[in-house]
Amino acid sequence: MALVDLANPTRFLSLSHRLLPFLWAAAGVVVVAGLWLGLAVSPADYQQGDTVRIMYIHVPSAWLSMAIYGLMAVASLGTLVWRHPLADVTAKSAAPIGAAFTFVTLVTGSLWGRPMWGTFWVWDARLTSELVLLLMYLGLIAVWRAIDDPGRGARIAAVLTLVGTVNLPIIKFSVDWWNTLHQPASVFRADGPTIDPSMLTPLFTMATGLALLTAALLFTAIGNEILRRRVRTLEMVAASADP
Amino acid sequence: MTHAGYILASYLVAAGVAAALVAWVALDARALRRRLADLESRGIRRRSAGASGP
Repeated sequence: MALVDLANPTRFLSLSHRLLPFLWAAAGVVVVAGLWLGLAVSPADYQQGDTVRIMYIHVPSAWLSMAIYGLMAVASLGTLVWRHPLADVTAKSAAPIGAAFTFVTLVTGSLWGRPMWGTFWVWDARLTSELVLLLMYLGLIAVWRAIDDPGRGARIAAVLTLVGTVNLPIIKFSVDWWNTLHQPASVFRADGPTIDPSMLTPLFTMATGLALLTAALLFTAIGNEILRRRVRTLEMVAASADP
Repeated sequence: MTHAGYILASYLVAAGVAAALVAWVALDARALRRRLADLESRGIRRRSAGASGP
């Protein structure tokens, strides 16, 4: 099946209906494996002690909070440039999932920061830019909810999403550009990860599991949004048929 | 385990948020299917469905 065929919502629903059971099952298995590796198998860190285990949910959540926004930015291009029928549906469906992972990132970061830094929060560039990402997600959700005309809402949300992409490199490089309390990158570095493989394995396992969970949630949410638009169309047909 | 309370709280928050997301998509899907079935049972069809249907 060509990628362009997925532009048809009915075909997308049919494909996702077949794919979703496997995605949910794979997400469940890999997340459980990640929990087992992170909580039972991996060692305590020589400096952080057991609080390193918070990293196995904090770091993948942070990656996903940015990746989902990146996906929304690509979908926004699809809305504005190609007017792809599923582009706005995808962006709108992804926003609450991205907001949820951003929230988890901020809360678990705070819960790690209290014992390690001695504070739940500092107005550090990395923390602040991640908080801005959460506010952007919430703002976009509000835009979609506030504008009745889906076409107009889609265009406004797409423009705002694209403007907001400026925050992604700020989040990523804030620890290099400014003197932050947050530690610098330790996984995706030009000279390789600085984390021991005994901790990288649960980290990547959990990241894979949460990415699969995100895919399952997103496919289901996109299907829901397609149904919501069909319901809206039928309700308008019903309203126009009423005398 | 050192700082067990912080670790437990982190995993509970993440599990709660994940459960809320799963519940959101599942309940939303159920409610939308019901509304769609209700509209279709009243004979309301999309024009495109009517044109291509029997």
